[in-house]
Amino acid sequence: MIQYIKNIWEGISSSLIGMKITIMHIFVKNVTIQYPDKRFNLPENARNRLFMEMSKCTGCTSCARACPVNCIFIETVRVLPDDPHQEMLDTGIKRKLWLTKFDIDFAKCCYCGLCTAACPTDAIIHTKEYEYSVYDVKELLYHFHTLTPEQISEKKQMLADFQSKEKVCHPDEKTDAVKPAETKAKEDKPTEDKTE
Amino acid sequence: MDNVNFLYDLLGENVLSIALVVCLPLVFVLVYALIAILAELKVSAWIQERVGPMRTGPWGILQPIAEVVKLLQKEDITPDRASKLLYNMAPFIIFTGAYAAFAVIPFSEYFIPAGINLGLFYVFAVGSISAIGLVMGGWASNNKYSLMGAMRSVAQLISYEIPAAMAILSIVVLASSMNMQEINHAQTGWFWNWFIFGGPGPISKIWVIPFTMVLCLIYFISSLAETNRVPFDIPEGESELVAGFHTEYSGMKFAMFFFAEYANMFVVAAILTTIFLGGWNSPFNTFMQGPIWGSFWFVAKACSVVLVQIWIRWTLPRYRVDQLMYVGWKVLLPISFVCFIAVSLFVMLK
Repeated sequence: MIQYIKNIWEGISSSLIGMKITIMHIFVKNVTIQYPDKRFNLPENARNRLFMEMSKCTGCTSCARACPVNCIFIETVRVLPDDPHQEMLDTGIKRKLWLTKFDIDFAKCCYCGLCTAACPTDAIIHTKEYEYSVYDVKELLYHFHTLTPEQISEKKQMLADFQSKEKVCHPDEKTDAVKPAETKAKEDKPTEDKTE
Repeated sequence: MDNVNFLYDLLGENVLSIALVVCLPLVFVLVYALIAILAELKVSAWIQERVGPMRTGPWGILQPIAEVVKLLQKEDITPDRASKLLYNMAPFIIFTGAYAAFAVIPFSEYFIPAGINLGLFYVFAVGSISAIGLVMGGWASNNKYSLMGAMRSVAQLISYEIPAAMAILSIVVLASSMNMQEINHAQTGWFWNWFIFGGPGPISKIWVIPFTMVLCLIYFISSLAETNRVPFDIPEGESELVAGFHTEYSGMKFAMFFFAEYANMFVVAAILTTIFLGGWNSPFNTFMQGPIWGSFWFVAKACSVVLVQIWIRWTLPRYRVDQLMYVGWKVLLPISFVCFIAVSLFVMLK
């Protein structure tokens, strides 16, 4: 009998406690952010859409290799010494590789930030832009390369001409002629990776 | 006592005035239901520290209208194997049951649609019509969830009608009348003349106050069960029964169920107001007392009770079936009997 009355009392008192808690929450400030009207202040290290500063990019492909979902697509072409169009990087070094393709597929991107960590020149960075939904998934493939299609085909053509010329001059040293440029690029990368 | 009805006084007893008397509560229910839906949305949001609907109109006040339009546009589905007649009738019977109770709800001193002497008895009789509608809908849907929900609902209604009836009966004993207007008239004066505080009488009534308060609580709990509201909403427990008896219903028929639920909420709140909270009486004796103020007090009191129902819905979790039966048969029923006997003794000794 005592247990019975205790049960009833407990039922009533715990309901009242619950009701007290809920009514107190009515007067607490709402946590809702009215999204399109008001926005949440993103933290400084927020990772949203990537942005490429092409004037800094050396074309080392570190980011593409760091990417866990393979959403960065890079193609490079050597800058020939006799090319009248020479460019300086923001770091003050002469550009050695033309970026004929630098695409990021944001439909695949997982915003992990590994590419920004891997970049030796801080060319690839996260922005705070997160509202870029589109109706067609293909529109999420962003092209960051700055060369025009004519320039790209021109550079490719120049390299092909140069290589065929080299072949004619040194048919037996073919491999050696190509190597210096490649090995140099490869040498650069590890050292710069270490500093990063 | 004569039944005073201002519409009959104004227009005389003809077809027009009778039609007006019949329609007035319907207009009230329609407006009330929209406000109650909005209140439900907003109160639930505030309790959960959200803001609730904000896009439809200023502060989202047009949300219930948007919901009604949405429900009107929806496809009206009748299951292939359902018993068509019963299936289509059920929502209307439930709403009829809910609306029939409005016939004896005293909105004001000068307005009660039908001032019959057996007002409280009538409310109880028509309150059970909705049980028929529930079983009809559940059975005719030809769906196991609907049937389970309907059976649970009826079991719950029957178990909780008895404590509710005992609570009402105690007030009938106190007021020595079943006429809603007479019960209201008995509570005129300051708020301590309300039946929740033992009704009018000398200071010696003080020992009956705890019993009447407990009876009020018992009636309130039972009314929650009768309207299938949380924490007694096991007939439509989502986690077990999808949506209970109205699983198969869509569009306007679902809206009827929805509407009936809110109408029922008001009916039980109105009865609670009438029998315990003084009905249309002002709490401050003659201050703000009168026919127009009366309807204000009545609606204000009933809506406060509805708000408490909403508040409880967003506080308490759902009972298990065995707990529901325990509370109904082993707690509310014996206590209501004890209180009934105490109130009867009080009336005998008075």
